[in-house]
Amino acid sequence: MPINYYIFLSVTLFCIGVTGVLTRRNAIIIFMCIELMLNAVNLLLVAFSKMHHLALAAVDANAGINAQIFVFFIMVVAAAEVSVGLAIIVMMYRNTHSVDVNFLNRLKH
Amino acid sequence: MSTTQILFWFLSILAIFSAIMVVASKNPIHSVLWLIAVFFAISGHYILLNAQFLAIVNLIVYAGAIMVLFLFVIMLMNLNGDTEPQKNKWLKIAGVIAGGALLLVFVAALKNADLKSQIAEVNKGDIGLISNLGFALFHDYVVPFEISSVLFLSAMIGAVVIGKKE
Amino acid sequence: MSKLVYLVPLFPLAGFLINGLLRKKLSKSVISIIGCGTVLASFVVSLLIFLDARQEGFETVVVNLFGFISAGSLKIPFAFQVDQLSVLFLLIITGVGFLIHVYSTSYMHDEENEHFARYFSYLNLFVFSMLILVLGANYVIMFIGWEGVGLCSYLLIGFWFKNIDYGNAAKKAFIMNRIGDLGFLIAVFWMINKFGSVGFAEVFTKAPSVPVGILTGITLLLFVGATGKSAQIPLYTWLPDAMAGPTPVSALIHAATMVTAGIYMIARSNIMYTLSPITETVVAITGLATALLAATIALKQNDIKKVLAYSTVSQLGYMFLGLGVGAYTGAVFHVMTHAFFKALLFLGAGSVIHALHEQDIRKMGGLKKFMPITHITFLLACFAIAGIPPFSGFFSKDEILAAAYEKNPIYFIVGVITALMTAFYMFRLYATTFLGKFRGTEEQEHHVHESPSAITIPLIILAILAVVAGFVGIPEVFAKDSHWLQHFLSPIFAGSEKIHQTPGADKSTDLTLMGISVVLALIGVVYAWTKFSKNPELGEPQGFGKILANKWYVDELYDAIIVRPLNAFAKFLNDVVEKSVIDWIVNGVGKTVQYSSRQIRLLQSGQVGGYVLLMVIGIVILFLVEIFIKK
Repeated sequence: MPINYYIFLSVTLFCIGVTGVLTRRNAIIIFMCIELMLNAVNLLLVAFSKMHHLALAAVDANAGINAQIFVFFIMVVAAAEVSVGLAIIVMMYRNTHSVDVNFLNRLKH
Repeated sequence: MSTTQILFWFLSILAIFSAIMVVASKNPIHSVLWLIAVFFAISGHYILLNAQFLAIVNLIVYAGAIMVLFLFVIMLMNLNGDTEPQKNKWLKIAGVIAGGALLLVFVAALKNADLKSQIAEVNKGDIGLISNLGFALFHDYVVPFEISSVLFLSAMIGAVVIGKKE
Repeated sequence: MSKLVYLVPLFPLAGFLINGLLRKKLSKSVISIIGCGTVLASFVVSLLIFLDARQEGFETVVVNLFGFISAGSLKIPFAFQVDQLSVLFLLIITGVGFLIHVYSTSYMHDEENEHFARYFSYLNLFVFSMLILVLGANYVIMFIGWEGVGLCSYLLIGFWFKNIDYGNAAKKAFIMNRIGDLGFLIAVFWMINKFGSVGFAEVFTKAPSVPVGILTGITLLLFVGATGKSAQIPLYTWLPDAMAGPTPVSALIHAATMVTAGIYMIARSNIMYTLSPITETVVAITGLATALLAATIALKQNDIKKVLAYSTVSQLGYMFLGLGVGAYTGAVFHVMTHAFFKALLFLGAGSVIHALHEQDIRKMGGLKKFMPITHITFLLACFAIAGIPPFSGFFSKDEILAAAYEKNPIYFIVGVITALMTAFYMFRLYATTFLGKFRGTEEQEHHVHESPSAITIPLIILAILAVVAGFVGIPEVFAKDSHWLQHFLSPIFAGSEKIHQTPGADKSTDLTLMGISVVLALIGVVYAWTKFSKNPELGEPQGFGKILANKWYVDELYDAIIVRPLNAFAKFLNDVVEKSVIDWIVNGVGKTVQYSSRQIRLLQSGQVGGYVLLMVIGIVILFLVEIFIKK
């Protein structure tokens, strides 16, 4: 597959995620769109790793493996982030009985 | 078209459609389910690219653990379609336009990139195999691996601390 | 010795710095020694240079100190020129200056140390500036000194700065000076344009080849500067007001030195003036008119210093008359004799003021028996200024009048009438002050006594000079080739003499003219003496006398024509332009910033979603710029 296809796919998914973040007011949905963006990036990284592997296989057997390790760690971080983020959202719900981000306008002051 | 290509297009369309449904759904539970579909599609892409380990891990961690967590929280808060607050119409439009603009910029930027010749290897290549990945992980990247355990520890503690009742 | 000429201004400069910077720490005696000592040192060096210059065949020496301005082809070095004219002025400035410094140590004794030191530092600065003026080898250095003396005049007139009126007088002097200086500057610029240089040597050699119209313009503008500095019509009204300063200041600045700067400048530029007959006529007529006008005003003044001030203006008019008719030596001669007798008159007046603390002559009288030395010296000075032979004033004034007659008999007639008035008002002053009955208060009568020696000794020295100084310039009629001054200054005026080619008038005309002026002067002296010693004018002036006493209302005229319109214009600028336009713009900028900041603040809505939106927009823009615009 030409790498372009993977790039466009990933970019599309990413932008859909961005649109979701901007458009929705439910904090949980926003969070899910962030996960969507992360996955788009993961996909692109794996595609690039295969690209490099193909280009440099003669020189180095493990040419593109770094990207896949990177993806692994992104998943690690995403998991940790989700746990903490959801804890925050639960706290927010407990305080305001709503998950509407527009209620969180304390930054105004 | 070869099988690979058909699979690629099928998975891509599935992923994009599911992503749009994630954003567009009123009911949060439906959004979660659509997101799980996205994850499956992306795992399919991983398998296509012969990144087997990552495909399985993606499914287990993301679709299995993270989405379940999301479902827990949604059900905890008893959210369904009618509790969804309505966003200001103009902001919605602005958001869509911004996202679209980002897409356009990316596309335009990458259109001229001289990458048409590069090919992502599918079906072949052994770097996605678990043995190679494991070897690289424990050989070159063992320190980040250990530190990630510390990261998890801190996340756990953080989540507990935040969630505590006063 | 001429090479060491830079020492002459250096000593007073050092005195200015030391007395100025250490004014709070030094005692009066130290201040006096430094202040007077520096001028004495300059006088000694000037004397040595003079002995050099006296010899036959002394060539002009130009001492280049450093390059001052060098712009393209225009080179103006900071250079001093030692020749007969500058040496003569050096002696006058440092000699009379030293005597006045010594006088000041007693006159200003009542001041506090700090002000005493300030006075002497200003006085030294003045001497320094005046020396720069006469030593300069080009018009720019002369202008530096020109400005410097104007500044010191301001500082010294307003010395007692706590009095607003004195400050106003100082401001008036400075501003009128500046008006004249504008003319001077334009002339210098024109000179640079036409001659390519401002050095005396270059300008004077090139002058004959420049068109007469341009020379006339340049010389007229230089003369405008001279009217400001030397108090001629129309810029003379500052000098009577300048009497607000301490009397030694009036003596030094407004009698002996600063006001003669204009004469020096024209004498120095004599070749240019000789080549511009129109300017010469303007100079002569202005000088004559000023002399006449000031003399009429002096007839009815009752403040001892004001009489002397108008007398100075009048005598300066004589000097300009002399310059205008080509009697350059005569004018310089009169500068010298005038320095002696006018300084003497002012210092004598200061002695009287110091004793009585009073300046109105109607409240004086009969001081002859209380202050003998002051009385005698004052009397000698009055004879000198009236032009009675064999005192110095006679020789110098007569030389000018003779040259004026040769040019145009009307000049002579007006000049002689002015001389009559001079004799009259001077002896009116003398008789009212020193003769008759004492009209002061009881308390004054108890305290009045002769002044201390620091005051009387300079008076005596100046009196001797006022008497004998005339003999350096004995005219041809009396003895052949004995006009030493003319011989001494001949290299300076040689160019003009060649062009003028005036045939010497024959002896009988000369003697007749002399006789007429002497007789008229004697008439004035005798009439005034007898009239005013018996019944002095004690009341307020009446009728025509009132106009004279009010100075022909010239000050009021200036006020109406110039000062009020300028003030109204300034008020208009303030009210309309400043407040409405400029303030409006400045305030408008402030208001705009406030308004826009209020609008921009609305972006800070506190909504997270809004922030993320802006973030994404920002990223889009960044990408656009990075990838597409910055090719």
